[in-house]
Amino acid sequence: MTQPSTERSPFVLETKDLGIFYGDFRAVASVNIPIERHKITAIIGPSGCGKSTLLRAFNRMNELSTGTRIEGEVLFEGENLYHPMVDPVEVRYRIGMVFQKPNPFPKSIYENIAWGARIHGYKGKMEELVESCLRQAALWDEVKDKLTQSGLALSGGQQQRLCIARALAVQPEVILMDEPASALDPIATLKIEELMQELKKNYTIVIVTHNMQQAARASDRTAMMMINHERSGTVIEFNETQKIFTNPKDKRTEDYVTGRFG
Amino acid sequence: MTPLTPSPSPTKRGGQPAYNVNIERRNRTGNVWRWVFRASTIVGIIALTALILNIMNSAFGYAALEAKVDPATLTVDGLPLEQQSKEQLVELLRSKLSKGAFNKLDNETSFEERSRANVLQVVNERIVRYEVVQVWTLWTSLTKADEIRAIAATEFPTAELKFISWLTTDFVTRPQSSEAITTGVRTAILGSLWTILFTILFAFPIGVGAAIYLEEYATDNWLNRAIRTNINNLAGVPSIVYGILGLAIFVRTLEPLTSGELFGMVDSTTANGRTVLAAGLTLGLLVLPIIIINAQEAIRAVPQSLRKASYGLGATKWQTIWSHVLPNAMPGILTGTILAISRAIGETAPLVVVGASTAISFDPESPFSKFTTLPIQIYQWTARPQAEFRSVAAATILVLLVMLLSLNASAVILRNRFSRKY
Repeated sequence: MTQPSTERSPFVLETKDLGIFYGDFRAVASVNIPIERHKITAIIGPSGCGKSTLLRAFNRMNELSTGTRIEGEVLFEGENLYHPMVDPVEVRYRIGMVFQKPNPFPKSIYENIAWGARIHGYKGKMEELVESCLRQAALWDEVKDKLTQSGLALSGGQQQRLCIARALAVQPEVILMDEPASALDPIATLKIEELMQELKKNYTIVIVTHNMQQAARASDRTAMMMINHERSGTVIEFNETQKIFTNPKDKRTEDYVTGRFG
Repeated sequence: MTPLTPSPSPTKRGGQPAYNVNIERRNRTGNVWRWVFRASTIVGIIALTALILNIMNSAFGYAALEAKVDPATLTVDGLPLEQQSKEQLVELLRSKLSKGAFNKLDNETSFEERSRANVLQVVNERIVRYEVVQVWTLWTSLTKADEIRAIAATEFPTAELKFISWLTTDFVTRPQSSEAITTGVRTAILGSLWTILFTILFAFPIGVGAAIYLEEYATDNWLNRAIRTNINNLAGVPSIVYGILGLAIFVRTLEPLTSGELFGMVDSTTANGRTVLAAGLTLGLLVLPIIIINAQEAIRAVPQSLRKASYGLGATKWQTIWSHVLPNAMPGILTGTILAISRAIGETAPLVVVGASTAISFDPESPFSKFTTLPIQIYQWTARPQAEFRSVAAATILVLLVMLLSLNASAVILRNRFSRKY
């Protein structure tokens, strides 16, 4: 992929009639949403509507399970991520991911962060990078004295912030978060949400969440997904978060966000 | 436990059939099963104990030894052998042995360096030449010592009755010989170690490599499924079949390689493919499926979330495998390899087919040497008609067990170092 031109569109990512298949089953159909730069975009919707599948399409993680394919396009800085010449490794290098369940490597805290930078040939001072990533993830003060301890020895919330710090270490342009707080208690969840507000100054964030309050509190724009009559998930409404929650256009969105259904 | 007050209406609630709780009966059933499982464990322990006792029973005990040359005729100045000085004993050897035999002994270790005890032993082996005329088991030796003495006195009046441990340090360090009392297993121990070295060098990298390919790279199509199924079947093929395969491939077809001809290193004593290398490769083939299967299991057990985390950072497949999958699978892979190597060490049949030598007294010195192994020795000694060789075999079994356990222990330590990391 070439470097982005100086006149950049406000949209980092954009899907064009995106459909995602598991074998013959169309899990996600005709999604057209733009992801704005330095904003937090939330994807909400009931279970099994394809939120995570859609999210994984943004950095080609779906390909890791066999039998998946897509139709349409995902544009990243104007270029199709699924062009045959594009290497998925580069896609995942530039578009990082944080998973639902905290999954630190069974290595030291320091190694958890340094590993990603090292495989991409990071030339700078590793200690400084590790510190800055941990600071950005608001974890430095808690772990600075135990960098050589196992990442698995941390609490769940700390582990998830470690995973965020790990993602930051390769300096991605976009960070995808797949229900990053669903396995955490409310205090740890709050910390992650505060962290996201800090991070959006430098990164573009897309977050999948089950938690409506979280989407309302933390995101700038929200995509509402729902299963259509063919049992494929699709985005039924996409707008400013405030509008989705206060003045939804679609009846189903209104029912969902007010808790009448879903 | 104190019983709770009975709940109302134990059989019917609201007209519907209620629960037949009967906790007591459920607990009884549980107890019965617990005893069944305990009994299984006890049977296993009894079997193991019986095995060990049986071996011990043969490895120690009284033996009647008859001297070819009466030690009484070897006194110098009225001193029996046991009280002679080292110099006197050396003189005795010089006078009684041929010049060639004496020089050979001197070349092995010069008499100046040998201790008096060692020289006395040489005198006993080469001049007095004890022969075993009768052995008794450890059990008989302990319980009926008087009877044994009586029998020995009447039947073998010239024989010396001694309580013998067939397993001695000399037994471990001596090369093989045709007399039970002077034979040793050094050649067999070294043969086993050499063989197993080549088995590991061959089977471990190939087995782990194949497992990585099958688990991480191979797509799920009919061909790969067929390969996987057949590897499982191969693990169940009788070992003698591998022996025949090894004979055909390594001994015959690849003779230039396994005899060392290609490298200009043909051992003067072999000059054919029946070498340590051929045996190691044959056992390698035998354990390859076991290593592959175990390594596959270990690789499959690495959590998918770890792979995703690695890919999510933009790692390539190889970086993911090398940095995360392999380190986390390594303890499991090593456990499987330990099992496989233990099996290989105890294998006899394929080595008989491949052409292990049964009677050699020189150590294997290169991959292209003739060889014998511990199980081969056990096999051929138990097949001898003389009872004393059963005792020798029992001592060899103890050596084999100790070697097996120490190899396993070192592998376990290695494995724990891997898994202790985090």
